[in-house]
Amino acid sequence: MPLPNQDISRFRDHFFEVAIFRGRLLFAFLVVLGLFGVLVARYHGLQVRHHEKYVTIAEANRIHTRPVAPVRGLIVDSQGNILADNKPNFKLSIIPERSKDLAQTFTRISELIHLSEDDINRFNKQLNYKRRPYEAVPLRYNLTEEEIALIAVNEFALNGVKVEADLLRSYPHNALYAHVLGYVGRINTREVAQFSEEEAERYRGTYHIGKIGVEKFYEDELHGQPGFEHVETNVHGRVTRTVERENAQSGQDLVLHLRHDVQRVAERALAGRRGAVVAMDVSNGGVLAMVSTPSFDPNLFVTGISFKDYDALRDDLDLPLYNRSLQAQYPPGSTLKPMLGLAALDSGITTFDKTIRDPGFYKLDNDPRLYRDWKEWGHGHAVDLNQAIRESCDTYFYDMAHNMGVDLMHEAGSRFGLGMRTQLDIVNERAGLWPSRAWKRGARGQVWFPGDNLNMSIGQGAVLTTPLQLAVMTSGLATRGRTLRPKLVKHFGAFNPLADSSLIENSVLDNLSVYLGAESNWDYVYKAMTEVLHHPKGTAYAVGKDMTYLMAGKTGTAQVVGIAQGEKYDSEALRERNRDHALFIGFAPVEAPKIAIAVVLENAEKSSKAALVARTVADHYLGVQTDIQTAALLPASDSRSSSSVSSSTRTVSFTNRNASHFYSHLGSTSQELILH
Amino acid sequence: MKDFVRRLPGSDQALARPSHFMRSICCDGWLLVMLLMVASLGFLTQYSTGGESLYYVKRQASFFGIALVGMLVVANIPLSVLKRYSPVFYIACVIALVLVLLIGVGAKGAQRWLSLGFIRFQPSEFMKLALPILLAYFFSTRTLPPKFQHITFGLILLAIPTALILRQPDLGTSILIATSGLTVIFLAGIGKRYIFGSLALFIAAAWPLWNFVMKDYQKQRVLTLLDPEADRLGAGWNIWQSKTAIGSGGLEGKGWLKGTQSQLDFLPEGHTDFAIAALAEEHGFIGVLVVLFCYLLIIARGVWIAMTAQSSFGRLLAGSIILTFFMYVFVNVGMVSGILPVVGVPLPLISYGGTSLVTLLAGFGLLMSIATQDRGSRKR
Repeated sequence: MPLPNQDISRFRDHFFEVAIFRGRLLFAFLVVLGLFGVLVARYHGLQVRHHEKYVTIAEANRIHTRPVAPVRGLIVDSQGNILADNKPNFKLSIIPERSKDLAQTFTRISELIHLSEDDINRFNKQLNYKRRPYEAVPLRYNLTEEEIALIAVNEFALNGVKVEADLLRSYPHNALYAHVLGYVGRINTREVAQFSEEEAERYRGTYHIGKIGVEKFYEDELHGQPGFEHVETNVHGRVTRTVERENAQSGQDLVLHLRHDVQRVAERALAGRRGAVVAMDVSNGGVLAMVSTPSFDPNLFVTGISFKDYDALRDDLDLPLYNRSLQAQYPPGSTLKPMLGLAALDSGITTFDKTIRDPGFYKLDNDPRLYRDWKEWGHGHAVDLNQAIRESCDTYFYDMAHNMGVDLMHEAGSRFGLGMRTQLDIVNERAGLWPSRAWKRGARGQVWFPGDNLNMSIGQGAVLTTPLQLAVMTSGLATRGRTLRPKLVKHFGAFNPLADSSLIENSVLDNLSVYLGAESNWDYVYKAMTEVLHHPKGTAYAVGKDMTYLMAGKTGTAQVVGIAQGEKYDSEALRERNRDHALFIGFAPVEAPKIAIAVVLENAEKSSKAALVARTVADHYLGVQTDIQTAALLPASDSRSSSSVSSSTRTVSFTNRNASHFYSHLGSTSQELILH
Repeated sequence: MKDFVRRLPGSDQALARPSHFMRSICCDGWLLVMLLMVASLGFLTQYSTGGESLYYVKRQASFFGIALVGMLVVANIPLSVLKRYSPVFYIACVIALVLVLLIGVGAKGAQRWLSLGFIRFQPSEFMKLALPILLAYFFSTRTLPPKFQHITFGLILLAIPTALILRQPDLGTSILIATSGLTVIFLAGIGKRYIFGSLALFIAAAWPLWNFVMKDYQKQRVLTLLDPEADRLGAGWNIWQSKTAIGSGGLEGKGWLKGTQSQLDFLPEGHTDFAIAALAEEHGFIGVLVVLFCYLLIIARGVWIAMTAQSSFGRLLAGSIILTFFMYVFVNVGMVSGILPVVGVPLPLISYGGTSLVTLLAGFGLLMSIATQDRGSRKR
């Protein structure tokens, strides 16, 4: 039985082979058991011994604490009209860490909803800002419901994309309050860097902060305290549920002294001109209206303004971003005269009876220069202070200033707040310039020349004031020396017409003492200021002649400086911009002042135009129905131009009972006016 | 006497064992039951990691059904046929692997697939079977323990597919294929001096291997293994998250469908390579022990089949298959828990995936074939 060779060898080695194989396999099986032991030990280590550690890590993975942003306080006017609101807004944001490919995400989103170039640019800009890790960066605001649905349906394909509802600051009156309220905007890197630890904590979850205006000044009150919520998120950052929540504490509302109706009337009265109006409540310093035109839409800044829009605002020749009421410094012109006249009376430099001869100019000894009156041939042979204020006689004031000297004038103006910040509750206010010997020595390195006195007395030369400062000075005149600190905010908390506003400091300007002049001097100046509007020879008689109450005021014109000749502006525009500024200050009613107003109209030339704006505001505030249309039809010629005095004296008719009462109260001087 | 009778040709089955349905279809009941058990654990895990949808479960169950049929078909192939065609099978696979490198398709920088227009397949999967079959056949026809030249030839047969697959590159599969071949050589009784000699050689070769052969991402995986916490958001992310999933599961687990790491997608590849981590998170250490115990039973059964196989071919092949199966389990479970580098080896029967399941069960078909055909008689 021959067997194949192969089988013989196998037969020969069979038991040996099996023994080797079984030995090897047994050995291998023992190794397997050993390695299973390793695995068991490893899983025991992870799951039993270090269980706590990994539970903590898993929880940290899953549970995120995120801040709940507080609702920003509302801003309302003194009658409860909302000036700054919070509107629900759906926004689309992306957590960059969760999105693998931003460009691809953009493409996908833009297939679903509209994405503009601006949106993406703004996103990229904000992406470069310092962020907290896993903080969402907004891409689109104001999603419609349809857009939200489209995103929600496709959410699975959009890693790191989320739609959030939040409240966005909204300014319902757009440009009207832009300069007063300012605006909120995205918190930027610089602001983050300046945060204290406590602030950084408070602003977690908040994307906006007050940038300017009331929004910035009262940021702490408006902001509120954030809450917190613990949410479960998946690896894509999508919140699956809320585990725990502590609500945020809303910011306080702000009630302003502003009155929406007054503000709007003032803005309309400016009729699109470059200029500013500031109106103050004489009883407490509350700012009733503060308008600076042209203005801009603050809503643009809330979601982040586009470069194009911002460039347009910045490069506009009319400077809409410039808050003229606080920051523009104009020569006050003749509006200073009542204040200086009063000071001169109080210090005895001049008297009720003192008169001068006005040839149309004034000449200093040892000075060849002629200091001209605005009226070429002068105001007559016997000009007293009353007439000098009423008709804005420069020559009288040159003479008076020459006798008075800079020191007395500086002291008087300072008492009315000139040359210093009014401490309004808005930052960025300019201080103006109220010259003194010390200032001139320091700033110009020169001594004070006698001629400087003369320029100072008519509000020219180096003198600069902001419209707000003029309003504050006017409030000082209206209160007989209690120069008020202007305030925008009336009280905090919900709107309450009866609320105690004493929490807000209500004193006269810090470091100013109450100005105590003789009552008779005050009466005298009041009368002169009243005649500015109500006397046929008054510089604003055209505005005041048909008024049903008495208003005291003073016109002014200021020579324009600043725009250099020969620049490449359109010559027509240049000529327009080189015209004099028109100014007016006033308060009403004279017998019991309620409102003090300052108006600046750039390049309006005729100060009566400014007076008309002030009258329109006062009319509205005092509830006087006037036909503004007729008042608007001012004579084409300057109201200062002389009219025949004799024939028109009796035309001043006081239909208002209060007005008659006031004049009888003034005594002899009032008789003089009526019998003039 | 009884023993003698049992060995009479042609009468063994009738006399030794009663006719049995499972035997008649060449199926091993033990193995089948345990494969079904582990697979059902896989279905539970896939339902959980698949977002509580039956999508993955249905697909995986279909694959499993197909693979079971394939397993029985393989189990019924006579071993003599396997032996006869093993060189052809092997050469066909080598050619396919070469073609993969030339015209293959793939993704993420790896060419692993061959497309025939209507179907795509991975030749390396077939090689997982072809190599151990061929080597078992080769060594079973030689005297054992193998002589040096036979070992050398065997190693060449092993090295060709391993190198080709490494080129794709697919480190995980090439390691497993090399393992399947090496186990055959080891079980064939290779001398201890060769074993220690090659170990020494390997250690000496590690340095050039690291510097010249391994790709950056492969090195990165090894480095990540050494210090996974160094790079939690990059290469270490997977391991970090899977360790967290496992560790946070604790002794009893968070409960089925309640694993936060897997449900919230922190665990990557929770239904494929990292399925054991999802299971460990939801069912805890106890769940892991159950799974490992099931695997151990399967391996024990496989070892028993290898031990009791009558032919040299059957022994070597069964031993190789079952040890390679263990290698799968160990590499995956070890890699997920962070004691081995991440090499992309699925967990057999539990990870989602069709192709590997089919070849895996085909391997068990071979085991069953050996269990039922290579027993009671030396030769059929």
